[in-house]
Amino acid sequence: MHELSIVSSVVESVTEALAALPDSSRGARVLEVRLRVGALASVVTESLEFCYGIASEGTPLEGSRLVIQVLPVVMHCEPCGQDVELEGVQSFRCPCCGEPCSEMRQGRELEIESFEIDEVEETA
Amino acid sequence: MTTRIVELRRGILKKNDELAAGLRASYATAGVLVLNLVSSPGTGKTAFLEWTLRELKARGSRVAALVGDLETDNDARRLAASGAPVRQINTHGICHLDAEMIGKHLDGWDGVTLGGLDYLFIENVGNLVCPSSYDLGEKIRVALLSVTEGEDKPLKYPTLFNSADAAVITKMDIAEPCGFDRETALTNINEIRPGIRIFETSAKTGAGMEEWFGYLAEQRANPRA
Repeated sequence: MHELSIVSSVVESVTEALAALPDSSRGARVLEVRLRVGALASVVTESLEFCYGIASEGTPLEGSRLVIQVLPVVMHCEPCGQDVELEGVQSFRCPCCGEPCSEMRQGRELEIESFEIDEVEETA
Repeated sequence: MTTRIVELRRGILKKNDELAAGLRASYATAGVLVLNLVSSPGTGKTAFLEWTLRELKARGSRVAALVGDLETDNDARRLAASGAPVRQINTHGICHLDAEMIGKHLDGWDGVTLGGLDYLFIENVGNLVCPSSYDLGEKIRVALLSVTEGEDKPLKYPTLFNSADAAVITKMDIAEPCGFDRETALTNINEIRPGIRIFETSAKTGAGMEEWFGYLAEQRANPRA
């Protein structure tokens, strides 16, 4: 339900980053924005994509692709002494030894990894 | 045309996270224990909080509450009957509270300063999804679940239950007529958040509330963040 405010914040951050680029990149158009979203970030990727079109309208991001990488939950298992990837989010037990795990190493990420721009060639 | 990739590596909710970190620091400096109560609409957050505020106040603790709803100040008026200072936050359509709303409502709150409080309770907007993404700087996030909602609620909403520090089961007084399967509910909560403290309460009879107050006192005495 809060996906629109999340993509609006993405658009805002990328627009700011774009403005901070050196002069040679002035006027660049954004082609793609890449996000990393944890499986426990409580956002719906389809909804992010849907809202993205609306939120990017009239900005340098208009028409760009939103690419979302979903990251599985990784917990630290004490008895096994290692980080383990969970198969889902229905049980927070180590898939190797079956013990419950409470220390999360990955799964709540909600971040902009990068964006791709096309640079307008200087014409003489 | 040449294309280029610009690395950003920036948290999307960075602004909220930064504001929340600032709030957390000011709560710690003031020595106030801040709790964020999250549940579905209708779980009984307000009734649970009414009992909590009234009792803590009667026992000499300095308590206050911020309460979030889309519209109306009904909950603030209910909670204010406890005699504790209460301030309503109306989000006008937004499905969660964020750190900025908390900061704004702490400013200029008549007669209330963080330093003058032992406990500050934040009752979030009734929603089991979105509030889990927004840190309010709280020390303890409490997930509430009523006996009428079904024992599998933690499995359906793992994000919220996994991010909670304590779980409260409400309306235990009607557990039996609702056919509430206590064992299954406890198992499910533990599957999603192993080892979490669970309180089985009723805001009608006061069941489980002493245990809850014991936990609050313990948490206040424990300076570890």
